[in-house]
This record gives sequence, structure tokens and C-alpha cells, in this order.
Amino acid sequence: MNSPRDLPFLKDAPPAAGLDPVTDDACHIGASRPRTGVRRLTEGRGQFVDDIELPRMVHVVFWRSPVAHARIVRIDSSAVREREGVVGVFTGHDVARLCKPWVATLAHLAGIKSAPEYALALDRAHWQGEPVVAIAAETRVQAEDALQHLIVEWDELPAVLDTETALDAGTPVIHPELGDNLCFERTLDTGGVDDAFAGADAVFEDTYVFGRHTGVTLEPRCQIADWRPGRAVADGHLTVYHSQQAPHMMQDLYCRQFTLAEAQVRVICRDVGGSFGIKVHAYPDDFATVAVSMLLGRPVKFVADRLESFTSDIHAREHRITARIAASANGDIAAFEIDDLTGIGPFSMFPRTSGIEGNQVVNLTGGPYKHKHYRAALKVVFQNKVPTCQYRGVGHPIACAVTEALVDGVARQLGIDPFEMRLRNVIPDDAYPATGASGIKLEVLSHEACLRRARALCNYDALRADQATLRAKGVYRGIGIATLIELTNPSAAFYGVGGARIASQDGATLRLEPSGVVTVLSSVGEQGQGTEAIYTQIAADAVGVALEHVRVITGDTDTTPYGGGTWASRGAGIGGEAVLLAGLVLRENILKTAAVILKRDRGEGADAGLRLRSGTVVDAATGEVLLPLAELGRIAYFRSDTLPKGFTPELMVTRHYAQRDYPFIFTNGVQVSHVEVDVDTGFVKLLGHWAVEDCGRVINPMLVDEQIRGAIVQGIGGALFEECLYNEQGGLANGSLADYLVPMAAEMPDIVVAHVQTPTQSSKLGAKGAGEAGTAGAPAAVMNAINDALAPFGARVASQPITPEKILRALGRL
Amino acid sequence: MTTQALHRIQVHINGTPTTRTVEPRRHLVDFLREDCGLKGSHLGCEHGVCGACTVRLDGEIVRGCLVLAVQADGRRVDTVETATPSPRLRALQDAFIARNALQCGYCTPGMLLAALDLVEQRPGADRETVRAGISGNYCRCTGYQAIVDAVCDVLALQRAGHFEPMPQGVA
Repeated sequence: MNSPRDLPFLKDAPPAAGLDPVTDDACHIGASRPRTGVRRLTEGRGQFVDDIELPRMVHVVFWRSPVAHARIVRIDSSAVREREGVVGVFTGHDVARLCKPWVATLAHLAGIKSAPEYALALDRAHWQGEPVVAIAAETRVQAEDALQHLIVEWDELPAVLDTETALDAGTPVIHPELGDNLCFERTLDTGGVDDAFAGADAVFEDTYVFGRHTGVTLEPRCQIADWRPGRAVADGHLTVYHSQQAPHMMQDLYCRQFTLAEAQVRVICRDVGGSFGIKVHAYPDDFATVAVSMLLGRPVKFVADRLESFTSDIHAREHRITARIAASANGDIAAFEIDDLTGIGPFSMFPRTSGIEGNQVVNLTGGPYKHKHYRAALKVVFQNKVPTCQYRGVGHPIACAVTEALVDGVARQLGIDPFEMRLRNVIPDDAYPATGASGIKLEVLSHEACLRRARALCNYDALRADQATLRAKGVYRGIGIATLIELTNPSAAFYGVGGARIASQDGATLRLEPSGVVTVLSSVGEQGQGTEAIYTQIAADAVGVALEHVRVITGDTDTTPYGGGTWASRGAGIGGEAVLLAGLVLRENILKTAAVILKRDRGEGADAGLRLRSGTVVDAATGEVLLPLAELGRIAYFRSDTLPKGFTPELMVTRHYAQRDYPFIFTNGVQVSHVEVDVDTGFVKLLGHWAVEDCGRVINPMLVDEQIRGAIVQGIGGALFEECLYNEQGGLANGSLADYLVPMAAEMPDIVVAHVQTPTQSSKLGAKGAGEAGTAGAPAAVMNAINDALAPFGARVASQPITPEKILRALGRL
Repeated sequence: MTTQALHRIQVHINGTPTTRTVEPRRHLVDFLREDCGLKGSHLGCEHGVCGACTVRLDGEIVRGCLVLAVQADGRRVDTVETATPSPRLRALQDAFIARNALQCGYCTPGMLLAALDLVEQRPGADRETVRAGISGNYCRCTGYQAIVDAVCDVLALQRAGHFEPMPQGVA
């Protein structure tokens, strides 16, 4: 048989054509390339946090509040301390002596408020799952066994659960010092909205409900905190191995909460088993684990179990939105109006706040369209449930589902085809830069091109014909379309201007090794998206070396440049640009060094007539091989005696990049969902899904395509299956993977992905983000498809997840 | 829960006889990870749903979190770390990389062993069967499509005679 390495599917594909090359020897940017460096993950040789063992390491488990709201009356840990292996039991007061509480607000979210939150609850627990007591033991088994012997007495307090009544006068106030249960509110009014609705030929209105769901990273949140005591705190050193997306942000937070200097704190992120925004926040148990390490002077490992993940990982969504749209008889959209009420748990989440998702809903609703009139009201309220915060898509899935349901609703009233309705109303492709009705700045989008491409790709006319034929036979299929925008490549407008110490810039250092290999150090890390793979491609093209001669190092605050990390779809566009800029300068420096070595530094022009091709310096005119990089490296590093006095090779280059032209670089796309609804059972079968995406320059189509598919599947999960269900007392009723439904392979359709590439002019690379748009558009496309299938019955659903029960109720069959 | 009497067990792990003493309550995956240092099998849910801890026990795939270590006494356990991957496992590993069928890689060891079982047991599987066959294993990063593509690639290679036939009676 063939050797596995000769198998046909391993052959390289050529770079995609269409765009001007970024570098003068473009070989890899734009090409589907298998990720280098991941074979170890297929052989069980990854290094996830729970795989790491340190000398003297102990394990911490937490006693978490079993109820939604309680006053802690008494904690008796005497029996715990006698258990075998137990090395410490710590309460909120013990930990608060080391770790300051935090209040998560941002200055640019005017009026946002929250209460001080502690690493371990002090005297009151605010949600089921809040950590209260930490128990450390030599093994995890011993710690869990000991936990059973902890005695805690509590008085249950009334829990605020329902967002609809959270602000009522009779509802208890969770943080009395705040005066009410309102975290944040915002209104936006362009003016002219009432007139637009009064003068409209058609108005469609509905109330949309989005249940809570959560990220379910398959690897739970986990960390090892390793405090090495000094004579004084100022001499100590903290190393944290963390499954995290933003190592520098965590370094900064550990410094601030524990009053340490940056030089004392190192955060290392090796393999991260899924993140999706779940692992970009600072959790109470992150700080508690560090505090326990300080109190014991030993490395401490924390790994959440699945129930802890469900009751302590951030949740997302839980919005109720009343919304309406006004349109003229010929289908011109005149106005949108929304009223959003969202519940975020008892605290605004640290440090990004829990006001962002609602804020995004306000900014993004109606985003693809050219209407001028828009009014929005947002209320973000506290409640005694798990805190919510930014999870993949952040507000986009909600804004998109509401917008696109309204567009479909009014189009149906007017008898206009949904594709035609969208083509008529989107901001035209030749109208950019443009400003949306909410005030969002849009650099350049391609709604029209994407709509046309999507229509052809899904063979829309055939789907409609098939739908009509089958309806006559009692089979109900639906086609749902969603036009979306997604904010990516954020500037400091996202967090920095609000006072958050979260970097919007990222850096890359490229170093030529003596062997001719290029080492890349980047402040953006890898959680599976293929960040390191695309940096390999960019560096290879920018410098002019083979892919296998590039290695990438990320996830270590001690060694990488300073930067923001992974969030808001910025890894390719921001981190990738830094790699490109550093690589181009390194190439120049290599050629300067080559010119000196070859004594061609006089008379051949600025570039000395040299080029760098596949790791070799060649003559630009003849292509003659002049100097392999390994020889250049040997001379530069070991034989500086042979170089002219006054010339020093600079073969390590750092460049940083921050996107400063726009608050965000928006992307756009269109998704089409094709479903069949069984009107007797309410079950939905997903028949097909198509996505046309414009994320600017695509660096590796194979990686982007499957990332989009993964994001679509997560969006479908929220639309059809996933919900954190609470009972009337505020207890999570489905905190296990047996009860909380995550999409499985058999339920998912094949997903066809295509690209329109409109590079951003804000960078040389031209890449925009691609990680979240799938999640943004899928719930809208699926809900519209289901409602299209239900249209003959005059029924529709507006509450996600769209369960069979909700469909049967809409049909009047329950 | 009190500490229980220890049992001495001998397990052939990836071809190597391994003797350890374990508590009867110790799960196979904890035994592999913590007692044997084999970190390739991962814990995702600890109640048999996600499939990240899938290993082979006497050739059959099991959930490492639902089997006790003492149940493996005298038996053969194969994990993704096996030093001598079969040609089919090797081809699956290659196909997963070539198709970008892994992102974070946390589900991958379990997914590969589930896929290997499917390739061996259901050589005629079509795309839909593959989707059903790997539905005991969650992947949260990919859209599953690349995984299905990779498994179908290896099934096609198998049908084209790229591998020695499976020995009779051996799973």
C-alpha cells in the first residue's frame, strides 16, 4: 500500500486567484494548507492544562452555592480539615485579604453599574454556582471526598429571576446599594420614526425571545496557579497556566487584583480546548485559585467539572425584544424599532462587562439596510442566575434574527420575495463607506454580490419549485434567508476608550534563526482556529521561506509581544497584519545583510538587485542562486568578524498593528437555510445550509470554511436545541450534557460555503474576521426557514430555541 | 465517600503489560490519565455523553468515564497514544489533518477511535452512516463536516484496497 504520507488528499492546493498578491512572492496566503504542528493533537500528545503536572501541586475544588440567593450563616470546615490529603480550606474572607474585589463597568457605557464581586462569596451568594469555599488537597479525589464533609448553613433569600419583573417596585433589589436591579440602559433615536410608521403601507411587529445558552467548550475552564513566595510579596512570582484567550489581559488583572507588578506575573496558554468567548473573561474561581496558591505556597490546579461549567461559565443571550418594521407598498424599508430587555445575572462580568451584548443589539439591528429611521431602547437587568457575557457572536445572532424576521414578515405581507426584498433594501455595494441608521461606520461591504451568489449557490428557484410541489403533498419545507453584518478587527473603541486595560493592538516578532528558519512570536494565541497556521503562511510569504521553515510561538506573556489576544474576530486581521509587517521588514533586513555579504551594496539600486525566494537569496534579474539563508545566518551570527565595521545585521524584527481607521471593520454575508417541518411532531429536519461570506482576503480557505461551519452549527444549536433551563427557585435544571442538547453530527446538514472577497483598506493584508459570522446568521436563517415552512398555516415561531413543542403550539396543536 | 480497599490489576495498555493498584471506584479514564500518565484521553462530561474519553477495551470502543479500571483487569486497552497505530488509524490521523477535521483537538483522540471503529466495522458506510456513527462524539469547533469528509476519505481508501483486510474475528 501507499505510505500514508503519499495519500492523494495530502497534495497541496495552489493559492486562490482573484486578488492582487500581498507580497512579491505569494505562495501561501490565500491557499488551503493543512495546519502544521497539529499531528501531535491526533496522537494524544497535546498539552492541555489538565495534562500538566507540577511538583508539589495540589488540587482545589469549590463549594458552590446550591441555591440562587442565600445569606451564608455558618461555615464549619473542621471535619474537612481532618480528611486525608487536605491541605487547606479557605473562605471568602481568607481570600479577600489577598485579592481585591472588582466592579465591572466601562466608561463608554454611560451609567452602567454593578456591585463589588469577590473571588469567593463573602456573606451572601448571588447565584447557584457562585464559589463560596475553596478546599485544596493533594489529589482531586481527596478534595472532592473532603467537600462532602463541609458544613454550610444558609438562609435562602428571595431570588430575582424574571427579567420582566426585575425592575418592579415589589421585586427585591439584589444589591441594595445600587438602588435598583438596573445594570445599564440605553436609548437611540434617529428621529422620524413615528412618522415613518404612521406613513407606512405595511407594518410588521412581533416579540422575539432568546433563551439562555452557553459555550460548552469541550475542555472545561481550567488553570494552574503557581505562586513562588518571596521574602516580601514584591519578591514573589506568579505563573498561571491557563486555558484562556487573552493572556496579557489576565496578567494585567492578576497584577491589579493582587497588587503585583507585571514582572511578577507570567501567564502561559498552551493548548486550549475550545474557547468561543467563554475563556476570555476573568472568573471568580480564577482569582480564588491564585489566592489559594499564595496561601499555600504551592502550585494549585483547578479544573471545572461539567456541572460547574454549566453553573459558572458565562451564559449568553436571554433577551426579550419587541420589534417592528415599517415599509412602503413597493417594499422600501422606512424604519425599524426595537425594545430589548435582557437579564445578565447578579454582576456585570469582569472585565468586559455584561452591557456589551445588549449594546451590540442596539448597534446592529437593521445593520445591512439603508433605511434612515431607527429607534431602540435597551434595559439590562440583574437577576440571580449565572452571569452572562460575551459569547461567540455577542449580540449579532439576536440582532440578525430580529432584523431578518422583521424583513421576512413585512415582505410576506407585501407579497415580495425575500431575496428581492433584501436586494431592494441593502446598502448598495457601490455606496461605501457608509453609515448605518444606528450610527455604525461601514468601510466596505458586498451585500448585493453576496445575495446574488447565495441565490445561485442554493439554486433558489429550484428550492421554491420543490417547496410548492411538496406542499401539495402535505410536506412542509421552508427556505430562510439571513443577511448579516459582523464587527471584526476592533479598534480601541471597543474596550480601551472605556478604561478597560484590554489591548486592541497586537504584535509579532520574527527572528531569522542561524539555520534559516523563521521563528514567529505573536501576542495572539491558538484555540483551534488555525491562528498559528495562518501566521505560518503569512510569515512564509512575507519573508520568502518555505512553510516548513516557519515555527510559531504564542501564549506566553514572558516571551511574546504585548497584545489583546483572541476575541471579536481579530486574530487574522490584527495579529496577521502584525506578522505581515514584521515579515516584510525582516525580508528587507535579510536582503541588506545579503548585499553586504555578497558585496552588492553599491550600484545595484536600493534592493541591490536581490530577491528572497524559498529560503534563498537570488539575483533578481537572472534568478541565479546566490546565498541560502542558512549560509547568511551562519555568517551573520557566527562570523561577524567578516562583516564591515559599522554594519550589524538586524535579523529580529517586531511590528505592532492596531486598526485605527474605523471603530470596527465590518464584514457581511448571506446564509440560506432549507428545512422540513413535520407538522405532526414539530420536528425540524435541516436539509441544507449555504453561507456566502465576505471576510476580506481569505488567508486559508479550508480553515475559514470549517470555522464558518463550526460557527453555523453553534448558531443552529442556539436556534434549535440549546437552553439553560431554570426552575422556579432559580436552580439550573439541565446542567449536564445529557440534558443540555449540543448539536451532533447526524442532525447537521452539509454546509456549503462560498466567498466574496472585499479586502479592507485599513491594512496591507486586507483580512477581516471570520470566526463569528456563522453564529450571527444561522439562527436568523433557520428561524426564517421554519416560519416559511409554517406560512401555509398562518403560524410562526419567534422564540428560540425553537423546540418541537413551540412549533406545535404555534400550529395550535398543543 | 470513604477510601476503599485497593485492588491490584494488570492491564495490557497499548501493548504493554501494566500493573497498578487502584480503588474499585476509579474510572478507566482517570486510571489512564492519572495512574499511567496517558493524557491523550480527555474528560469532557464525565457521564458518557461527549465521547472525548473514548478508548478501546479488548478492541471495542468504550467510554473511559463509564468503565471502571478494575473492569479492565486482565484485558487489553488501546488509546490514541498507541505506539503502533494501525494503518487505518494512521490514515485517519493523516486525513484529519489534511481535511482540517480538528480545531482545538480536545475531542480528536476520542473522535479518531470512534471513527476507526466505524471504518473497521462498517466498511460500506455512506456519508449519512458516518454522520450517525460519530454522533456519540461531540465536537464543538468544527461543523462536523470536515470530520465526515476525513472519515469518508479513509473509507474510500479502504474500499480501494489500500489496507490489508481486517483479520477474521478481530475487531
